[in-house]
Amino acid sequence: MKLINLKFRIQALSLGCILGLFFSTLGDVSNGQLLIEITQGVERPVPMAVVPFAWEGSDTEPPMDLANLITSNLTQSGRFQAISESDMLTRPTLPVDVNFQDWQLLDVDVLVIGRLSEDSPDRYTAIFQLFDTLRGEQLLGFRLTSSRSELRATGHRISDMIFRNLTGLPGVFETQIAYVSDDRAGPERRFRLIVSDSDGANARVVADSPEPLMSPAWSPDGRKIAYVSFEGESSSVYVQTLRTGVRDKVSARLGINGAPVFSPDGRKLLLTLTMEPGNLDIYSLDLAGQVLTRMTRHPSIDTEAVFSPDGETIYFTSDRSGGPQIYKVANRPGARAERVTFEGNYNARPRTSPSGEELAIVHQVQGNFRIAVVDPSTGLTQVLTNGMLDESPSFAPNGAQIIYATRQKGRGVLASVSADGKIHRQIVSVEGEVRDPAWSPFPRI
Amino acid sequence: MTKKIWLGVYFVVTFALVGCGGEPATQTSMASPSSAAPPIGGGESDETASTAGTGEARSIGVFSEGPGSIAGESLLNTLVVYFDFDRSEILPESRDLLAAHGEYLLANQSARLRLEGHADERGTREYNIGLGERRAQAVRRVLLLQGASLDQMGTVSYGEERPAVFGSDEDSYEQNRRVELAYRQ
Repeated sequence: MKLINLKFRIQALSLGCILGLFFSTLGDVSNGQLLIEITQGVERPVPMAVVPFAWEGSDTEPPMDLANLITSNLTQSGRFQAISESDMLTRPTLPVDVNFQDWQLLDVDVLVIGRLSEDSPDRYTAIFQLFDTLRGEQLLGFRLTSSRSELRATGHRISDMIFRNLTGLPGVFETQIAYVSDDRAGPERRFRLIVSDSDGANARVVADSPEPLMSPAWSPDGRKIAYVSFEGESSSVYVQTLRTGVRDKVSARLGINGAPVFSPDGRKLLLTLTMEPGNLDIYSLDLAGQVLTRMTRHPSIDTEAVFSPDGETIYFTSDRSGGPQIYKVANRPGARAERVTFEGNYNARPRTSPSGEELAIVHQVQGNFRIAVVDPSTGLTQVLTNGMLDESPSFAPNGAQIIYATRQKGRGVLASVSADGKIHRQIVSVEGEVRDPAWSPFPRI
Repeated sequence: MTKKIWLGVYFVVTFALVGCGGEPATQTSMASPSSAAPPIGGGESDETASTAGTGEARSIGVFSEGPGSIAGESLLNTLVVYFDFDRSEILPESRDLLAAHGEYLLANQSARLRLEGHADERGTREYNIGLGERRAQAVRRVLLLQGASLDQMGTVSYGEERPAVFGSDEDSYEQNRRVELAYRQ
């Protein structure tokens, strides 16, 4: 057992060394930019090679190094291990030039080759092929066209196609994450709500304030974000459209306006309000008509609500039994709440998996706050992380990973863990503190 | 339920103490529910005030018309009330402090006070907003019983978003579990 552990650790370590990747941002964010590192991958990552793409165009250099982007994406998933370009015996870009023995010699199981060409000004075609080198056959081959600004998204889409073919899971490379950065360096503390690609690149500021920003939540179409802002010295909930930057103040009631989440149809928000002074309860706000429906009624703290994917059930945190625990209530006024978690004395901030079969929660173990998954039908709890202050879990839309906030040397960073607890990734911001991550839904094409 | 009774007992004791003219707080039979004591007692806590939170609201000048006694002024200069982990009960060491502020508010009907509830960083963010709110409300209730009026006080909870000190140790946590009393002109 010990031997296996050690071997596993060495493998994880070497993987970590290979995969220490750095991203440059395209946006205007110097603060809160992220850098991803695999701290523990799967025990036997699939050995692969992505050959630099051929380039045909007016410039000498291609506008985007697609092979590098695809390599980064796949290795960052923790499921693949890529050989470096310098170790390649040949660098084919056309199927006729592929000699499978070359790759078998290098123990490479899967091979990606491709070409990028400039067809006309601002019109590019990317062609890629995925091969199984052991069987000597093509697994996948596609042609994608895009403008220059869409090339990064194209690289992510190619990564998603390869990932899906090899793992059977939809890839999440074309998704985004929202998070809060906390800049304490300047004369004034700055809170920023940032949205970046899921690899940390392309970070852009959605909101910027000297007062706290917290609890970002995506609309189901991925076009809007609801969040809490303390501008004006009290909390309000805003819904902001990402593309236009237009935002609506949807709740600024006396007392607390917090913990927003969208309903699966995008028409409602669940909110925590104190309509009775000091008593936090869950309310459902119909966004079109501003109609408010009370969903819980209890003198305890009821907060951190979330819908099940079918919209039938609301899960939330309540300390009605003494300490915080997860409860569920049917999505209709006056329904009776039932307790879900029974393991441990602190269970809070539930988020449902896309299938609805699991909840990711914050669970206290021996004084440490960790991310756990709970089966809501049995209450069975499985701890996934080993930090001291892990919080704010959010499922990737494919359900395979959970992003969360943790600490590294006292600094707020993001990390992700696979839903089975086997793959651990650290997502460190280059500067400042980051926290409160929320993973976007799949893009709607 | 037990919490309500506990709080009720506390109010009775608080009034008794106020009646006695605000002697220094001593340990009474009413022990705090948790063993951890806050770092600083009710009395001379200039240090607390200077390390905690935003500066401008703690100006001493506000109290120039306050109760005359030296002891009273020193209590009024203390603008932070501390709490135990995951609790919102007022600790015995905060009684004199709140009694002094209650008297001041009663005597100065134009005084306005904002109660800012905070939590330490442990636990989830939105739950901690709830905890900060509960603490602010606990202070508000005590001040109301001391004679302050409803329209003199507002509450806000920042949860763990605005710590007095940045740090992940028990010392920092103790300073961050607090309600700040912010007087407005």
